[in-house]
Amino acid sequence: MIYNIPYIAVVALIMIGLYAVVFKRNLIKIVIGILLIENGVNLFLITLAFRQDSIAPIYRGTGSRLMSLPVPHALTLTSIVIGVAVLALMLSLIIHIYRHYGTLDARKIGREEE
Amino acid sequence: MNIIDDIILHSPALIVAIPLLGAFLTPLISKINDKVRNVFVISIVLFTSAIVLLLANDIYSACGKIHTYVFGGTAAITEGGFAVRILFEVDGLNIFMAIITTILAISGVIYSWAFMKENTGLDKYYTLYLLMIAGMFGMILTGDMFNFFVFLEITSIASCALIAFWTSKGKAVDAGFKYIVISAIGALFILFAIAILYGQYNALNMAVLASNIQFSFLDKIALVILISGLAMKAGIVPMHMWLPDAYGRAPASVTLILVGVTQASLYGALRMIFTVYGGKLTTTINQIGDVNIDLNLLLGIFIVGLALVTIFIGVLMALKENNFKRMIAFAAVAEIGYIILAIGAALTTVFSATDPRTGIMALKGGIFHILNDALDIGLLFLVAGAIYYATKETSLNRLGGLARNMKYTTIFFLIGLLAVSGMPPMNGFASKLMIYESTYQVNPILSIIAILCSILLLAVFVKVFHSAFLGPKLPKFDNVKEVPKSMLLAMGIIACIIIFIGLFPDLVVNNIVQPAVNALTNNSNYINNVIGGI
Repeated sequence: MIYNIPYIAVVALIMIGLYAVVFKRNLIKIVIGILLIENGVNLFLITLAFRQDSIAPIYRGTGSRLMSLPVPHALTLTSIVIGVAVLALMLSLIIHIYRHYGTLDARKIGREEE
Repeated sequence: MNIIDDIILHSPALIVAIPLLGAFLTPLISKINDKVRNVFVISIVLFTSAIVLLLANDIYSACGKIHTYVFGGTAAITEGGFAVRILFEVDGLNIFMAIITTILAISGVIYSWAFMKENTGLDKYYTLYLLMIAGMFGMILTGDMFNFFVFLEITSIASCALIAFWTSKGKAVDAGFKYIVISAIGALFILFAIAILYGQYNALNMAVLASNIQFSFLDKIALVILISGLAMKAGIVPMHMWLPDAYGRAPASVTLILVGVTQASLYGALRMIFTVYGGKLTTTINQIGDVNIDLNLLLGIFIVGLALVTIFIGVLMALKENNFKRMIAFAAVAEIGYIILAIGAALTTVFSATDPRTGIMALKGGIFHILNDALDIGLLFLVAGAIYYATKETSLNRLGGLARNMKYTTIFFLIGLLAVSGMPPMNGFASKLMIYESTYQVNPILSIIAILCSILLLAVFVKVFHSAFLGPKLPKFDNVKEVPKSMLLAMGIIACIIIFIGLFPDLVVNNIVQPAVNALTNNSNYINNVIGGI
C-alpha cells in the first residue's frame, strides 16, 4: 500500500491541474494548472524508476546493490528542462497580454473588434 | 565509398542536424546583412531538401526498404538486449511526410523573403523558423517515443513564438497563448502515455514496444491518452478551438509550416495506432451475441464519428466566418476531418480477412489526402497572406475587385479553390474521389456527408472569390500592386505541384503513397528491422 501512495499523488496532481486549466479564468492559474500536470507526470516517471531498497544508479565499487533505473531519471531531467522553456514562454506571453488588455481574465481577452 | 553513399548513410541525422545548426548560425550571419541571411536560410533549407530527396531515392529504390540510423552505435540493441539507444527509422510513411515537409519548407522560406521584409527582429524569426522545420523533421523521422515527445515540444515552442510574432496585435498573442496551452497539455498527455508504456515494457523504442506489446488494461489507457494528446495537436473537433486563432493570426509564411506541424502530429497518431499497437488491432474487445467487436472496429467507428463532427463543424464555421484567414483555417479543420474519415473507414475494414481492398483503398485516399491537404490549404494561406500584404485588410467585407490589380494571385487562388473543394483536374479531386469511393463501400451515408460538405466548401470559397476578387474596382485599392516576385514564386511552386498531381495522380499514388500504405498495414517489417538479430 505504501508504495502506491506516489501513484495516487500522480493522479491527484494531474486531476487538480486539469481542473485548473479547464475551469479557471485567470491565465496565471491556467499556467499553474499546466505546471501541476507536468509535475504529476514527472513524479510518475520518477516513481517508475524506483525499486524497493535501491540506491541511486552510481557505481561506487562497494559491491553491487540494487539500483533504481537511470533511464526515467534522464527522461525526467529532459522533461523538466522543456517544462521550464514552456513556462517562460507562457509567462512572457502573459506579460504581453496584460500590456494589451490590462487584465488576465480569459473572458475579456481577444474579444475586440478589428 | 563515395560521398553520396556517406550522406545517404547519415541522412536521417543530417536532415535534423542541418536546420538545427542553421537555426543557431542565423543570428550570427544576420550581423553581416539581411540579404546574406536570407540566402543562407534558403540554402540551408534547399540543402536539407536535397538530402531528403537522396534519402527518398534510396528508400524507393527497393520495395519495403527501411533505413535505420542508430545514434552512437551500429546495432539498435546493445549487448545484453537493452534497447536504450536512440534511433531514427525511416520507412515509406516517414519519407512521405518528409517530402511534404520539404515542399512546405522551401516555399515557406522563399515566401518569407518579401512577406516579412518590413518587420524587425527577422534574425529571431528565421532562427525559430528553422527550429520549427528541424523539429518537424525530427518528429517525422524518429523511431523513439521519448525523442518524439522532445521534437514535438521543440516544434510547439518554436511555432508558438512564431504565432505570436506580431506582438503588437493583442489577438496574435492571445492565439499564441491558446496554442501553447493546448500543445503543452497534449505533449504532457503523450509523455504520460509513454511513461505507462515504459513502465511495462522497459523500452522507449517504437519497434521494440510494438513487438512486446501485450494490450493489457494499462495499454488501453495509454492508447486513449496517446490518441487524445495527438488529436489535440492535430486540431480534431472538439479540440480544434486553438486552430482557427493560431492559423488566422500567425504570419502567412508561418501558417504554411503550421499546417505541416498539424500533419506531423497526425502522422504520430498513425504511427502509434498502426505500428505500435499494430499487432493488437485485431484483438477482440467485446462480444455481442456472435459478433466480435474488435479493437480496430471500435477505434475505426470512434474515429469516423470524430471525423464527421470535424468535417461538419469545420465547414459550417467556415460558412459564417468573415475573416479571410480564419475562414481558410476552418476549411483546414474540415480537410483534417476528411483525412481521419478515410483512416477511420480504413481501420474498420483493412484487417478483414475476406476483403481488405476497401480498407487499402481508404488508407491510400487518406494518406494521399495528407499531401493534397498540405498543398491546397498551404496555397490558400499564401494567397490570403499576399492579399494582406497588398491591402492590409483581412475582413472579407472590406475587400473587392482585387482581380483587376492582382491577376497572378487571383489565378493562384482559383487553383487553390478548385483543389480544396475537390474539383477536377486538381489534386484534391483525385484523393477525395478515392475517399468517397471507399467510404461508400463502408457505409453510403459517410460518403454522402463527405460529398455534401465538399460542395459546401466549394460554396464557401466561391463566395470568397466573389467578394474579394470580383466586383467593381474599389477606389481605396487603386494603388494596390501585384505582390513581389518571391511570394509569386512560392505560390507558383505549390500551384505547379497541385496541377501536376492533379494531372498524374497515378504516378504519385503508385510511387509515393503505396509504400506509405504498405508501411502502415504491415508493421512486421518495421519491427524486424530493429529486432532482427535476436
